Amino acid sequence: MEKTGIQHKKALPVRPVERLTPEQTRAIDGASKKLLAETGLCCAGAKAAGVYHAAGCRVEEAGDDKQKMWKVYFPERLLQKALSGVPSTVVLGARDPRHTLLLQADLPHVYFGTGAEANIYLRSRMDKFVSTADADRVLHHPVYQEEPGSLAALADAARLVEQLEHADFFIRNVNIQDPEINKANKDVNVFFTSLCHTTKHVQGGLSELEALPAVISLARIIAEEQPYLPFSFIVCPVRSPLFMVSDSSEKVLAIAREKIPMVISTSPQGGVTAPIQEEGITIQTNAEILAGIALAQFANPGAPVLYGAVPVRARLDTLEDCYGTAEFSHYAMACVQLARFYGIPCYASAGVGDANRPGIQATVEKMFSYKEVAAAGAHYIHYAFGLLDGTNIFSPLQAVLDNASIALVKELLRAPDFDREEIAAAVREIDKNVKGSGMFIRGIRRQLRRKVVSSTYEFSSDGEEDQVLLRAQAKLEHCLAAETKALPADTISRVFKEIPGLVSK
Amino acid sequence: MSKDELLAKLEHSIVMGHLDADDEGFDGTMEGTPGTLELLEEALKAEIEPGVLVESFRVAMGKVGQLFEAEEYNLADMLASAECVGKAMEIIGPALQAVSHSTKGKFLIATVEGDLHDIGKNIVATMLKGAGYQVKDLGIDVPAATILQEIRAYKPDYVGLSALLTSTMVEMEHVVRLIKEENIPGLKVFIGGAPTSQEFADKIGADYYCRDVREALDKLEEVSKVS
Repeated sequence: MEKTGIQHKKALPVRPVERLTPEQTRAIDGASKKLLAETGLCCAGAKAAGVYHAAGCRVEEAGDDKQKMWKVYFPERLLQKALSGVPSTVVLGARDPRHTLLLQADLPHVYFGTGAEANIYLRSRMDKFVSTADADRVLHHPVYQEEPGSLAALADAARLVEQLEHADFFIRNVNIQDPEINKANKDVNVFFTSLCHTTKHVQGGLSELEALPAVISLARIIAEEQPYLPFSFIVCPVRSPLFMVSDSSEKVLAIAREKIPMVISTSPQGGVTAPIQEEGITIQTNAEILAGIALAQFANPGAPVLYGAVPVRARLDTLEDCYGTAEFSHYAMACVQLARFYGIPCYASAGVGDANRPGIQATVEKMFSYKEVAAAGAHYIHYAFGLLDGTNIFSPLQAVLDNASIALVKELLRAPDFDREEIAAAVREIDKNVKGSGMFIRGIRRQLRRKVVSSTYEFSSDGEEDQVLLRAQAKLEHCLAAETKALPADTISRVFKEIPGLVSK
Repeated sequence: MSKDELLAKLEHSIVMGHLDADDEGFDGTMEGTPGTLELLEEALKAEIEPGVLVESFRVAMGKVGQLFEAEEYNLADMLASAECVGKAMEIIGPALQAVSHSTKGKFLIATVEGDLHDIGKNIVATMLKGAGYQVKDLGIDVPAATILQEIRAYKPDYVGLSALLTSTMVEMEHVVRLIKEENIPGLKVFIGGAPTSQEFADKIGADYYCRDVREALDKLEEVSKVS
């Protein structure tokens, strides 16, 4: 526990890499505020427009007979006032309080978790392949089966995250498409299935605003006496460029009024819905998030929010999202820096790529963003486990591989931790061994206890065959066979009694 | 303290890699408490027979081996325990010879001429001592003539040659040829070092190639069982 006195999971502390100079950061801040003051935000939500107006923004009607719309202009002073009231600390509870996440804007401590809502769940199993030239030559390689997302797949994903050592939180990562699921009951089923199968923090979107009371009740039943609810929301109120959607803006207002932690997210696509160059997309992303955060603060000052930038670049051949390029990390790093500039805990993205099956391409693409975005000091890195083909596929096997990669990144980013005493001890050690055996083996134990000696790659191979996938699949099967830390039976029974729409599977 | 208690403490201190009172041991709690060397001194004062001491070393290293197999200990831990035994053996060696207690065999080890690398060789030497072999380490950059001279004088059961440079592999071949020309019955030659391989060992006529210290120990155990 740190000085807050809140029991929480230890995060990865980093000394942040600053991609932008202080001048560039201030310039982007100024440009985003200028955009909001002069270009303004199109707002399709009457309630949101009313809140902005009541707070002091200039709001002008801009719609037509078909669609009501308002143009909202933000005086810089007003925006600044809203930002100054944003809590710099956000606590995200968990069923097991040891998994509680403590996000403090001024402390660049990093957590990793899942993300997206993939339509495809990619099952895998190992198969043997025999050389047609030499029957003694056998290789092991996975074969894959794509299936639509389902409650069962979501449950498996949550159970897997429960077992993965470096997964700190679970964002519902599979889009449930079971026939029993409809718009009205989707949210309660997503949160219930997730909370049932992991004791880590659970986060998700809200498909239907009407489901909010039921989801909150569900979380309260599960949390029992715990001070922090085990869940939070992601809301994306702005459709790029600078257009606030009615439905999502109402979700921001409702969640803010409940003081449930919420990510204010936006995901512009560089080259299509935002400029492709770093400064352009960063200015726009920042403006869109500031507008969303301001809405939450105007609705309920002090509402806990995360600065949720998810900028991505367009592929030049298809104009679809492109994650496996340097820009994905550049954009994210710049936004992490801006969140720190405003003193708001930061939600960022890393670990997505363009490969559609586990393997070398996936690992390479993911590794760069894990390292760079974590080094920038993002507090809460989503998308980090199992995503393939951008965010279209969730592969449990890839999630296990990602867990091992994140382990290496955590070691890589470990800050040097020594003082004068450690330096004196090192000198004594060198002196003793120079005079003695010449081998420093005895020193290794002490440094292992200090946790300053890294582990080797989890899935190292023996011999000539690359056995990484084979070993990762074995770990996956082991994780999924582990006993679920299920909710107590009386809690489940109470949930089913009090929460309508739950599907029993 | 009874002799049995003393032996149990000695065995524990080896398992914990606790060399002496300055050393903190495997779990970092043992600094300031008597280590292997202090306990050995006490055991010798208590007139515990060298053969009994060697047996307790063997039992301790057996436990260390099990902990290594169970992945609770890493190789550095095992080496620290082996170092305890090695240092202890240096102290009781003369007394041991006086009462005719044999070790597992005599091992002569050297890095061949032209090569100044000794890390691998030192690790092997330490582990062999810990495992109960009597080891003579000739050091680094050792000319062939010196190695032959020492073989004649020391009469080892095994010779271990190390090289880290591809350029010194030639010298290794030269030394092995000279040793084989001596035609010493039962003498087995082991080679190791990064550029060497089983193919190279076969080519130059060495009896065994060892990829690492674990393989060296395993092969030696096999050979000593046969002989």
